[in-house]
Amino acid sequence: MTVKIQTADFDVSTEIAALRRGNPKVGAVASFVGVVRDTNDGGTVAAMTLEHYPGMTEKAIEEIIGQARSRWNVLNVLVIHRVGQLRPLDQIVLVVVAGEHRGEAFAACEFIMDYLKTRAPFWKKEQTGKGARWVEARQTDDIAAERWRLKG
Amino acid sequence: MITVLYFASLRESLGRSSEQIALPATVHDLESLRALLVARGGAWEGGLAPGRPVRAAVNQAMAHGDTRIADGDEVAFFPPVTGG
Repeated sequence: MTVKIQTADFDVSTEIAALRRGNPKVGAVASFVGVVRDTNDGGTVAAMTLEHYPGMTEKAIEEIIGQARSRWNVLNVLVIHRVGQLRPLDQIVLVVVAGEHRGEAFAACEFIMDYLKTRAPFWKKEQTGKGARWVEARQTDDIAAERWRLKG
Repeated sequence: MITVLYFASLRESLGRSSEQIALPATVHDLESLRALLVARGGAWEGGLAPGRPVRAAVNQAMAHGDTRIADGDEVAFFPPVTGG
């Protein structure tokens, strides 16, 4: 299990290779990449700044990974989340789950991402044509996280 | 003394990112700490009043109104998170 909070960009294939290196039990690797878009809520986004809570952010993500591991049989997990200033087309977040089979890898990857969106302390501030604005939390993200509570 | 941290839009509206507070005898949990801060009025009342969308953590774990607070704790107030 690895959690990295960093300003630097990441290379997906390098990270995936490192995660499964030397482990012949891995039969499936599921990954998710979040990317900065140039629009949000009908406005143009020129850039965004991501703020976090050093210490708690890492703990919160480790806790989420721990929950995923208690629900699904996964072999290894990596989460990278960038902070600082980002621009449209930039990668923001990477979640990689290595498992024996795809079903559990897919499910754990989606679960970690849904929980990260609602439980890990990050905040986005967008620079738009009308000035800077803090992004507001979306109810759809709460719903996405909540549905995992209903699944067995 | 406890350390209180503020993040994101709350940090900006309150004009500070952290402070040390000597706990009065009336403050024993998160709810009573929040009430103490709201009593400062102005931006504090506007940002932290009951019903405002504020989340909190005690010692870097998500917390609720009845979470106990003691000397040496690190408490944080922030808006709902928007990462990912």
